[in-house]
Amino acid sequence: MSQSYDRGLIEDFGRWQEFSAGMWAWIFHKFTGWVLIGYLFTHIAVLSTSTVDGATYTMTLQSLESLLVVRILEVGLLAVAVFHILNGVRLLFVDLGVGLESQDKAFYAALIVSAAITVASIPTFLVGAF
Amino acid sequence: MRERAEANLKDAEETVKLKVFRYDPEVEGKKDPRFDTFRVPFKKGMTVLDALIFARDHFDSSLTFRHSCRQAICGSDALFVNGRQRLGCKTQMSELEWPVRIEPLPHAEVVKDLVVDMEHFYDQMESVEPYFQTDELPSGEEQKQTRENREKVKMSTRCIWCSACMSSCNIAAGDNEYLGPAAINKAYRFAMDEREGEAMKEHRLNIIEQEHGVWRCQTQFSCTEVCPKDIPLTEHIQELKREAVKSNLKFW
Repeated sequence: MSQSYDRGLIEDFGRWQEFSAGMWAWIFHKFTGWVLIGYLFTHIAVLSTSTVDGATYTMTLQSLESLLVVRILEVGLLAVAVFHILNGVRLLFVDLGVGLESQDKAFYAALIVSAAITVASIPTFLVGAF
Repeated sequence: MRERAEANLKDAEETVKLKVFRYDPEVEGKKDPRFDTFRVPFKKGMTVLDALIFARDHFDSSLTFRHSCRQAICGSDALFVNGRQRLGCKTQMSELEWPVRIEPLPHAEVVKDLVVDMEHFYDQMESVEPYFQTDELPSGEEQKQTRENREKVKMSTRCIWCSACMSSCNIAAGDNEYLGPAAINKAYRFAMDEREGEAMKEHRLNIIEQEHGVWRCQTQFSCTEVCPKDIPLTEHIQELKREAVKSNLKFW
């Protein structure tokens, strides 16, 4: 279907506006999922330095934490993880067939709570970064 | 006709502009998709279909769209109105932002103007065997359904085959083999019908749990939101997923 006829610019123009809550939830869930997988690899890489010896591990962590960009990325990571968790819970309910009428509200709630937690975490992550 | 239309427009208290997708592969010069603007007099209670009919009858008889019953039962006039799949006959002009943009259903081949090829949609609908069948015939004359069971399938029986859900579905857009919300809903209507019996339910679950069946659904709820008959499509798909898992876990 989609492949068979190209309506050109008309097809794409303003298409994102038609997205509804469920669609955004899906996009964000995919995106955060990929970010978390990416993080997993760096996580393993950093942790692996402890197989050399304790001092190397401490040095790696300290040098990473001294970078401002890492501190900011940590806030982003928390935001991504929290949203993925909350939306994952929402999807669990969807799979169980519970409260499907309020799935859109659940998505907005997930967004608001993730935002609140992220904002609240900023002081912790960024203390002494500047 | 045109003069009368101009007079109508002059007399009308309110007029509304329609931007209508035009495309005709058979006519030289109309092969490139474009938008035509029609100005029609607005009347209280006017639907999108009414406006289109006015435009066709008064301004351009080549404007092509499907319509039949005009009361949201035949399922002919599912259109993409202001960025959303809606039934033309069920959508009030007053509900919409003006000017109203009318396009054929996305993710389907356009035959002409607002008419899309429905063949693929019908193929998917047929593939779930959308008719009552059973090998457990009752001894009496009637095959009665319990009130509770009727209530369970009630919403799913309301489908009018308009293809709005199929057009809105992101998965169906990328996967031509995906059964799509309407077909799965049809399968639900019969799989949940207790009169068909256990063996037939097993058969139906086998159909819907194939590779391009229920498991392709990513619960984006697009179909549920656009369905003009308010069928909880995602809910039905989810329930069939659970039924499929349950029947597969039955190892005794």
